Formats: sequence, C-alpha cells, structure tokens
Amino acid sequence: MDNIAGSKPTLTWAVHISVLALVCLWLFPTVGLLVSSFRTGDQISTSGWWNALGTADQNVVMRVADPDENRVAEGDMFVVEGNIFDGEIQGATILVWGTSSRAIDAYQAGETAELKGTETLTVATDGTYTWKGSDDEISGRGQRVFASITAPPEFTFENYDAMLFDPANNEGMTKAFFNTLTVTIPATIIPIVIAAFAAYALAWMDFPGRALLIAIVVGLLVVPLQLALIPLLKLHLGIGIGKGYLGVWLAHTGFGLPLAIYLLRNYMVGLPRDIIENAKVDGASDFQIFTKIILPLSFPALASFAIFQFLWTWNDLLVAKVFLIDASGQTTVMTNQITELLGTRGGNWEILATAAFVSIAVPLVVFFAMQRYLVRGLLAGSVK
Amino acid sequence: MDAAFLGLATVVIGVGGCLGYFYFSNLFLDKVLYPASGPNAGHNINRANQIRPWLFLFPAVFALAVYLGYPVFETLRLSLTDRDQGGAFVGLANYNQMLSEPKFWEAMRNNMLWLIVVPACSTGFGLLVAQLTDRIAWGSIAKSIIFMPMAISFVGASVIFKLIYDTRPAGQDQIGVLNAVWMGFEGGFGSVLFLKAFPILILLSFAAVVAYVAWLIWRSGRTTSPLMWIVKAAIVIFVAWLVILSLGSILGVTRADLPYGEPQTWLTLPFYNNFFLMVVLIWIQTGFAMVILSAALRGIPEETVEAAIVDGANPLQVFFKIKVPQILPTIVVVWTTITLVVLKVFDIVFAMTNGQWQTQVLANYMFDKLFRANDWGVGSASAIVIMLLVSPILVWNVWNARKEMK
Repeated sequence: MDNIAGSKPTLTWAVHISVLALVCLWLFPTVGLLVSSFRTGDQISTSGWWNALGTADQNVVMRVADPDENRVAEGDMFVVEGNIFDGEIQGATILVWGTSSRAIDAYQAGETAELKGTETLTVATDGTYTWKGSDDEISGRGQRVFASITAPPEFTFENYDAMLFDPANNEGMTKAFFNTLTVTIPATIIPIVIAAFAAYALAWMDFPGRALLIAIVVGLLVVPLQLALIPLLKLHLGIGIGKGYLGVWLAHTGFGLPLAIYLLRNYMVGLPRDIIENAKVDGASDFQIFTKIILPLSFPALASFAIFQFLWTWNDLLVAKVFLIDASGQTTVMTNQITELLGTRGGNWEILATAAFVSIAVPLVVFFAMQRYLVRGLLAGSVK
Repeated sequence: MDAAFLGLATVVIGVGGCLGYFYFSNLFLDKVLYPASGPNAGHNINRANQIRPWLFLFPAVFALAVYLGYPVFETLRLSLTDRDQGGAFVGLANYNQMLSEPKFWEAMRNNMLWLIVVPACSTGFGLLVAQLTDRIAWGSIAKSIIFMPMAISFVGASVIFKLIYDTRPAGQDQIGVLNAVWMGFEGGFGSVLFLKAFPILILLSFAAVVAYVAWLIWRSGRTTSPLMWIVKAAIVIFVAWLVILSLGSILGVTRADLPYGEPQTWLTLPFYNNFFLMVVLIWIQTGFAMVILSAALRGIPEETVEAAIVDGANPLQVFFKIKVPQILPTIVVVWTTITLVVLKVFDIVFAMTNGQWQTQVLANYMFDKLFRANDWGVGSASAIVIMLLVSPILVWNVWNARKEMK
C-alpha cells in the first residue's frame, strides 16, 4: 500500500508540500486575528499584521522633550538631551530622519542637522538626541522629528485588559461572556437528559409506532429552525415566558433534541443485547437498566452530543437574537455583541479582533481537548 | 451574576425535575397503577410495560411537537394571513408580494449560487485533504488544523475574514491580506499566470470533476424504474448547465480588464462579493467534509486498491477509479449535509454585509422581513420557501433511514 506514494520520492514531496500549503492557508486567517488582537490600534491600522512578526521598518513622528522644563544652560546656549523614543518604542533603531514630513530622509542617524540660526539637532541610531541653540530657539514646543526606524516586534495585552477587565468600558465582553455561559450550560445539559430517556425507549423498548417515531426524528433533524422563530416567539410571549433566558434554554433544548435522540439511539442500539437481557432476568427495572447500565456505557455518545450542543449554543446568533435579547441590552451574548461592534466600530480592529478572540477561545479549547468525541459524533450523526 | 445563579438553578431544577419525573412516574406505574403483585400481577406487568415507553418518551415527544412540529404548521398558516389585518386569511397574497420583490429573487439567485459552490468546494477540498493526509506521518496534526474552523462561530469567522478583506485608501499600507496581495499584481507575467491562467485552470477542473461525477451517477446502479431515470436525467441536465456556465466564465476571465494597482473594497463588488462570503463557509465546512471522507477512505478494503496497483494503475487512477466510486455514498451524505447548512446560512451574511451590495440570501431576507419590516406574512412565506428547498433532502433521509432499519 505504501508504495503508492512511496515508490516516487518526488510524489511524496509533492504531497507533503501541498498538505503544508493547505494547512498554512487554513491557519493563516485565524493567526491574523490572533496577532492583531495583541497589537495597538495604531499598529494595526498602519501596517499589515504579517509585518508585526519580524522587525519592521516604519515611519514615525516624534517630538523632543519640552524645552521649557528640560533645557540646561551651557554657556550662552541651551541644550535639551534625552532619548527621542522616550521609552515608548523598545529596542528600535533609527535609519534616517528629518525635521519635515517632506524630507524624512534628510539626515543619516548620528548626523547633526543645522537648523535655523544657531540651532542644531543631532539624533543617534539609538534615539539619543542633543538639541542645542539660543535661548529663543530652545523654547516653545519641542522640535518634531520624522524618522524611519526599524522596530522589533511589539505586542501588548492592553486590548484584552480593556475588553475584559475594565469595568468602565461598556463595550467590554465580560458581561456578554457570562451571559453566553449562562445560555450555554443549561441548554447543553437539559436536552441530554431528555433525549437519553427517549433514545433508550426508541432503542430497547418494543411498542407500536416506534419505527414511525424514529422516522419523524430523522425528518425533524433537517427542519430549518428559521421555520420555528415566529410561532415560538408568539407562543413564548403568549404564555408569559417572554424574551429571556428561560425562552432561549427551551428553544435550544427543542432544536437540539432531534440530533441528540438520533445520535444516542444509534449508539444505544449497538450496545450488546446480552447485558440488558441478563439484567432483566435478574429483576432490574427499565429505569435501573437505564441509569446503571445504559447511561455509563453511552458516555462517548453523550460526550459527542454535549460538544455539538455546546459549540452550537455558544456560537449561535439567531436563536439568541430572537428569544433572548430584548431592548434593554442586558442579556446580550458575545456573538451579538460582536455583530454590534462590527456595525459601530467597523474600523477599530484592536477592539474587533480582541472581542472575536475572546468568543473564539473557549470553543477552541473545548475543540482541541475533546476532538476525539467530536469526530466520533460527526461520523455517527451524518445520516447514512 | 443573577443570571448565572438562575442558570445554575435551572440546571439543577431541569435535570432534577427530569430525573424525578422519570423515577416517580415509573414508581407510580409499578406500585400504584399496575402493581406487580396481587391477583392480576401478570396482566398488570404487561399493561405497565405497554405504557412505560411513553413515559420515557413523553418529555422528548412533547418538546419536539411544540418546538418543531407545531411551528411548521403555524408558519404555514401565518404565511397565508396578514398581521396588519388582525390575522385575516389572505390566501397567497404574501407569496405574490414576495415573488414581486427583486430582493427575493436576488436572494434566490444567490442561494442557488451558494448551493452549487459551497458544497462542491468544501467536499472537493475535504476529499483532497483526506486523501493527501491519509498516508503521511503528521497527517493527524494537519487534519486537526483544517478541522479547527468547525469550532469557530460564523460571527467570529466573519470578523476574521473581514480583516482579510479590509481596504485602505491607495498610497497607504494595506492591512487586509487580499488587498496587500492584489497590490502586488501589476499586469505582468505573474498577474496573467495567477489571475488568468489559474482561475481558468480551476474552472476547467471544476467542469471536469462535475462532469465526471455526473457520469458516475449515470452509470451507477442498474435501476430501471422511471423515477430514477428522471432523477438521473435531471442531474445530467443540471451538470450540463454547470459545465456550460463554467466554460462561459472562462471566456469572461480571458476578456476581463482588471484594475491593477487600485485597492478594492471586496465586499461591495456586486456578484463577486458573494464568493468572498462563500469562502468563509467553505473554510469552516471543509474540515467537516474531510473528517467524514477520511473515515470513508480508511474503510475502503485494501485488496481493491492492491489489486489495482498490481494491475498497473497509477495513483490518480487508483483514486478516481477505485476509491471515489467506493465512497460515493459518503460523498453524497457530506454534500447533502453541507447543502443543509448552506440553506440556513444567516450569520455570515448578517455580520459581513447584511444583504447589501446584492449579497442577500433567503435566511437573511427572512430575518429582515420578520424583525425589521415586522411583516410576519412575507417572512413566514420565505421560511416556507426554505422548508420547500430542504424537503427533498428530508424525504431522502427518512427514506434511507427506514431502508436501513428494515
């Protein structure tokens, strides 16, 4: 078998390279967002995120320190000395610089610029400068310096600080994060319990209409939930549930049930008949068989569905928009908050990237931790 | 935090309530209603066992009926009534109104485009990755990474791709990858290679693959029932249309005069912006297709492949003539599953363009009607259209499931 590819080294190489290319292509978009979420707004809007990974050349405008406070008399001249980067940019080096935006490359690093009258300015590679001139010249505001610099990659946690831990930020994600969690956990656990009992009945109990019920479940599996929005909203408003957590939990439970029943029934049917029959002979009731034997044995299927339902409810926008989020905005979930930020802060990528990554992070962790169960569930869940 | 406490309480009450219901209803059945003792013990046990399945099923059946069964009929009813007239029956007026709206036809056209492109590309890429990673040592890592977007929400993916499509005015550094790459093309040899030759190659291979699949379907099975012939003929006509369409696009590509050197606002380019939105879904769904198809490829009996190699088949022949025909049923399953996702696609369009610049799709059109125009009649009518588009798959699934159970 291995000789399909193995007999031709060039072919093997081609396979490796094309897989690598595909993997990079698939990873690239997410990495872009991740890197952006660690850059400041200015950095994001002035250069592509791929430039942030290595040392980058960039053009910056800086100002020397305020002369009135910092100047030192030196004979009849005054001098201001210091570092032009002022601690803001770490480890950068100046390539060329100038004192006008039109002639940014007027001077090499280390050169001394002769400005008006006796005024001179020297800027070294590492940013230290000496600004010298008469009383009149060294006053007012500090001289501006336009420079082309090479800066090492620079990342910041500022965005996450602002979006997660700043209580004053009303665009913060903390509230939405906990709201999402509040929606997700009951909406994941409750359908499992209900579906597990139904799946046991459909798998191991004999009654008229069983085949029909299974067919109905398979049919409901593909009914678009768009169909259910208005009637259910009307129903919820009519019986007093209104818009809120209870409504969204019930809706997610209802929409998740077909897949839950289908997955669990398919798995339970495959359990060995002997175990169940032996237990029956020993006098166990159906309830005992279910809780003591079937449930523990069905753990992989339960886990598969739990992951599906978790990802689906965590990532959902439509159901939350219809059944949960009211005019007060107190119950917003992360997906909704992000779409709102897309509308109001379309250009502020530091906010968008951070918000998106906060919402993506939890599903990604769950995904990588429980991938095995997710794959198993997918294989069992696609109708054959 | 109040809500979190409420959530916790709901979990406890919900789960406890369910378990309590199951436990006590069983107890009631066995001890009070039909006790398994006394003169009628045998009769009672039989009676109890007839009722018990329904005790187990009741919560699920009730929830399914209320949350999925009832809405189907209620939506159908709503689509025939007018909310402004106090819910009066208006016949097909809503449908008529919907059919006369250009936005609806735009949504239909775009949805058809989505239905062709997304399942085809996702399945194609999925199959490609599944085959390529099948025999390499780090295949599972590669698969894991390509599978990863499945965990990312449509909204998150929309943000990710909006950054890719971002536009800065000419003269500034582009921060969107697509524009950065685009500005690299100046109309020279490289531009012709990547922007003319490469798309033509893709369109050609798309046409070839589609034609090949149609040929496989045409040959498959020796059923002589007229229904199957009609289905097959329909598929072949559809494929012929696709092939003509892609050949036409090739002509379009060769003639197109591309505006080199100008940053493009990709999401506002009519027609092409649909494809930029589709890329998001393809990026997400490829992992799904890959996982299923990879398992199917592993399930192919080794002897068939070995026999083909012994007979001198080259790798391409092995793939297309031995492997693909054997996993064709799985390919169909993957295709239909992605089709279902596509029919319901809402979040991506909502978050990225909200249907502007001719990118409307049915699900977003429906949301627009329901919650912004507050027109429940037309909204329900468009929901019914989505249901009608889904129903062939529904029937096919139920039919297959029943066949399997027999």
